[in-house]
Amino acid sequence: MEWLTAFLNDLQLSGPALWHGFTITLKVLVMATIGGILIGTLLALMRLSSIRVLNLFAQGYVNLFRSIPLLLVLMWFYFAVPFFYTALTGNYLTIDTALVSSIVAFMLFEAAYFSEIVRAGIQSIPKGQTAAAYALGMTYGQSMRLIILPQAFRKMTPLLLQQTIILFQDSTMVYAIGLLDFFRTNYVRGDLMALLTQYILFAGLVYFSVSLIATYAVKKLQRRLTV
Amino acid sequence: MTEPKIMIDLQNVSKWYKDFQVLTDCSTQIRQGEVVVVCGPSGSGKSTLIKTVNGLEPFQKGQILVDGISISDPKTNLNKLRSRVGMVFQHFELFPHLSITENLTIAQVKVLGRSEAEAKQKGLAYLDRVGLSSQANKFPAQLSGGQQQRVAIARALSMDPIAMLFDEPTSALDPEMITEVLDVMVELAREGMTMMCVTHEMGFARQVANRVIFMDQGKIVEDCTKDEFFNTQRGERAQQFLDKILH
Repeated sequence: MEWLTAFLNDLQLSGPALWHGFTITLKVLVMATIGGILIGTLLALMRLSSIRVLNLFAQGYVNLFRSIPLLLVLMWFYFAVPFFYTALTGNYLTIDTALVSSIVAFMLFEAAYFSEIVRAGIQSIPKGQTAAAYALGMTYGQSMRLIILPQAFRKMTPLLLQQTIILFQDSTMVYAIGLLDFFRTNYVRGDLMALLTQYILFAGLVYFSVSLIATYAVKKLQRRLTV
Repeated sequence: MTEPKIMIDLQNVSKWYKDFQVLTDCSTQIRQGEVVVVCGPSGSGKSTLIKTVNGLEPFQKGQILVDGISISDPKTNLNKLRSRVGMVFQHFELFPHLSITENLTIAQVKVLGRSEAEAKQKGLAYLDRVGLSSQANKFPAQLSGGQQQRVAIARALSMDPIAMLFDEPTSALDPEMITEVLDVMVELAREGMTMMCVTHEMGFARQVANRVIFMDQGKIVEDCTKDEFFNTQRGERAQQFLDKILH
């Protein structure tokens, strides 16, 4: 049991660092989810629009991001954003490139997935609801904002949350660009203290527990929403 | 006595879905205070026709004037025009995520720019008129079909419409609920509301309609006064329909 006690002793010291890593993971998760849903909703509206240019743009966007690996998107942003920033302004980026790249990459990547969920959500609302909104004199914007989207989001909430749980796990990929999220903090600490196996197991346990509890909560919510 | 002004004026309206013609040269006029019942077999285009009146269904040929304003003119503010024409749907189409009160007030506030207080006062007054003031704080799903349709009528009336369109308002209702909706409609007709109603309720037509329009295969086949329609020999197609529906 010595390998466990050594780990537990070290965990007391590394606790604050791990917690900080966890807040980074949460930051990426929350920002990417909010941004992804906003952009995804816009894409969904474009996809459903009768204006051909918008429609094609949304289709192209979704196809593009669904056809390239997340890891590549992540790296592109990590390398491309500072490059273009410097090329355009002549200055060097002073922000935390790894964090910003992670957030932007996940946001844009998730937007493609969220847009499909939102599109299905909008399409699940009966056509008559739009007709009724229009018949009362509402504009397209009003009917979407006040009538269709509130109903659609209610229906999609479980799916959106499920996608967020997947994102929670996928966010470990920021490892590749060196962002000290929860997983990488565990890895670095374990490597440093020669407790790598224990730290990786521990990280896995945390990701597993959080995801499992969240999935269970979503299922419960879903049952309440469908009643 | 001068004739009341024409509120709804359909001139040779034709509509196609791709190659299939759903409406062929439909023309009729509805004057202020008139109640016109549109009937005909299913698939005859009557629902499509009534939906062209407030621009919910586009059409390719002809013209529709509502209170003198053209529906298809690109310069027309269609949203504004629609806010002046009430519409009641077959499936009620109350907004399920909003309470009854919110259903009654949302368009008044967001479209007409009324204050919350004014909208609520007006909405609740109409809710009272359809006999449902006790349901103000419930949600649509908690009401029966007949009650939902009465709320839908109150919602349309709250906008102070210049005319009301009814698209098979009782077709989705259980028989015992049809009467409560028809009673509200009869009362409305007697108060002088301009009404265009797609319905199979011939009792309603007999009671309050001024005119009856009979449609078949996208064409207006009969357009005559109620008495002519029910009491004199009509064309073969209309007669068949009447014989069936009145057994």
